[in-house]
Amino acid sequence: MHIEVNGLNKKFGEFQAVKDVSFEIEKGQLIGLLGPSGGGKTSILRMLAGLESVDDGDIVFHGKRVNDLPPQERGIGFVFQNYALFKHMTVEDNISFGLEVKKWTKAKIKARVAELVELTGLSGFEKRYPHQLSGGQRQRVAFARALAPEPQLLLLDEPFAAIDAKIRHELRSWLRDMIDRLGITSIFVTHDQDEAIEVADQIMIINKGRLEQKGTPWEIYKNPESPFVAGFIGESTIVDDVSSLKGFGHASDWPGTKALIRPEYVEVGKAADFELLSATEPGRVRHVHFRGSEWLVEVEVGTSRLVTYRSLEKEILHPGDEVQVLIHRAYLFNDNDSWVMENKLKEDPMPVHI
Amino acid sequence: MSSMLQSRWWSWGFRSAVMLYFMILIVFPILGIYGKSLSAGWSTFADNIVEPLAWKAVTLTIKLAVIATIINVFVGTMSAWVLVRYRFPGRRLLNSLVDLPFALPTAVAGLMILLLLGPHSLVGEWAEKLGFTILFHQPAIIIAMIFVTFPFVIRAVQPLLEEMDTSEEEAAYTLGATKAVTFWKIILPNMLPGILSGAMLAFSRALAEFGAVVLVAGNIPGKTLIASVYIFGEIESDNTIGATAVSVVLLTFSFLILWTVNYVQMRGGNG
Repeated sequence: MHIEVNGLNKKFGEFQAVKDVSFEIEKGQLIGLLGPSGGGKTSILRMLAGLESVDDGDIVFHGKRVNDLPPQERGIGFVFQNYALFKHMTVEDNISFGLEVKKWTKAKIKARVAELVELTGLSGFEKRYPHQLSGGQRQRVAFARALAPEPQLLLLDEPFAAIDAKIRHELRSWLRDMIDRLGITSIFVTHDQDEAIEVADQIMIINKGRLEQKGTPWEIYKNPESPFVAGFIGESTIVDDVSSLKGFGHASDWPGTKALIRPEYVEVGKAADFELLSATEPGRVRHVHFRGSEWLVEVEVGTSRLVTYRSLEKEILHPGDEVQVLIHRAYLFNDNDSWVMENKLKEDPMPVHI
Repeated sequence: MSSMLQSRWWSWGFRSAVMLYFMILIVFPILGIYGKSLSAGWSTFADNIVEPLAWKAVTLTIKLAVIATIINVFVGTMSAWVLVRYRFPGRRLLNSLVDLPFALPTAVAGLMILLLLGPHSLVGEWAEKLGFTILFHQPAIIIAMIFVTFPFVIRAVQPLLEEMDTSEEEAAYTLGATKAVTFWKIILPNMLPGILSGAMLAFSRALAEFGAVVLVAGNIPGKTLIASVYIFGEIESDNTIGATAVSVVLLTFSFLILWTVNYVQMRGGNG
């Protein structure tokens, strides 16, 4: 289903939960609504479902305004954070509920339930009650129940929040496969950036009720449009005085500008490791942390402290070691603007020093 | 070691004390009634039961208690719904008033009904004009029974409704269910264990009510004389076996209900 949202607003009492949110979603895409808790993601999802009224703005499905349609008539499936399974019904009855409501024939219901039980790997559990299932199984029942009436849009509210880390990983890729296979337009809410990056075709970053940025995970990572997005995706350190860093001297042209530097923008090593030594500057290792698959190195450059990763294959650094630091780029921002700045000395092999 | 021994003594002591308490207070008196009712043999027992006035008192009591219970099931479920789902000024006050019938001496309840529905009261006159009398007739007994058993259904349904997640209803809506279907298929099954156990308790309490009913029933044998008042009368006229025979019928009924409630609650707890 093609979805268009224009100037969406929602207030709960005095609290503005959603502010002027507009976006468009192509058919068949899997969209992640990502942002901190209480940022308005769930409110947007619930308005799309018709579970929450819209104060202002339009929601358009397939070119048809659905603001005034009740949830029953929107052709959606909704997976709730706590699954909201019908406690007094078996797995089978939960899945067939939406079909019975829609007055499908007995034979069709039976076939559809069997199909979904198969699809979600719940064979053998048809007669169980929700309290007899594990968290992951309940999640899959909720998913099967939402999919049964063949909705055009699937909405998932924090679908993996209540599941422990290991199974969450499995379920994520399972969900991704499932949605790919069915080709159903889907939107899920999450506050976990890894989850959004791993699963979604496109991410919408929501903060304080506003849509900060929409794009593929790679686009958002590469070109964050606001300091919030830059800080929210990936790891980063904020440097107040960026012009003191080598290669970024001309940042002083914009007074009051700060820089956000990601670990992967920074390289540390001995002088011999760098081809363009002139673009590096000396620093001192403050801490090294073993992170399982790499080192996390904290290094002090002038008055700034930066963080970077270092491969386990390379020579092990120790706190106090003198190293050369190369900063590839920085994400600069001030009150009005934000942009990515490359290390100027890296570009120019013959830098002129004054 | 010594503390373990001590705690074992404690636990044994506590259990014995509770058992003894139960025996003296509940089990022995009940056995006594069963024993006394049969003390003059089966035939005397049977005679006392099939005695027309006694039998009429028992059936009348059951009939009126059933009516009172049915009314309480509807009004009680509705009240619980309103108290849990709606927010309005005075809700807390209303909620605390629900327990009043438990706290009030039943004789006071009877007196209240007497004054409110008597022939010289507004309601009494109004009913008179419509062609029926409330006081000293069956409606008064039903009203008294409803009053004293009012809290049971409400208090049994309330926690179930509070516990129920509204997202279950929302899930039903998103699956296409109308409000009516959602009520019948999702909300009602969630409330049902509470409604049933509340109704059972209300019924057995209505069956046993004396204080409120005796003041408003008129106690005309065969017409408005209910079982508990009949027992009282038999004791007054020194027919202990007659009193115990009717008591045994009521007691057996109460036991059956109690067991049913337990069964329903057990199933509700598992399901």
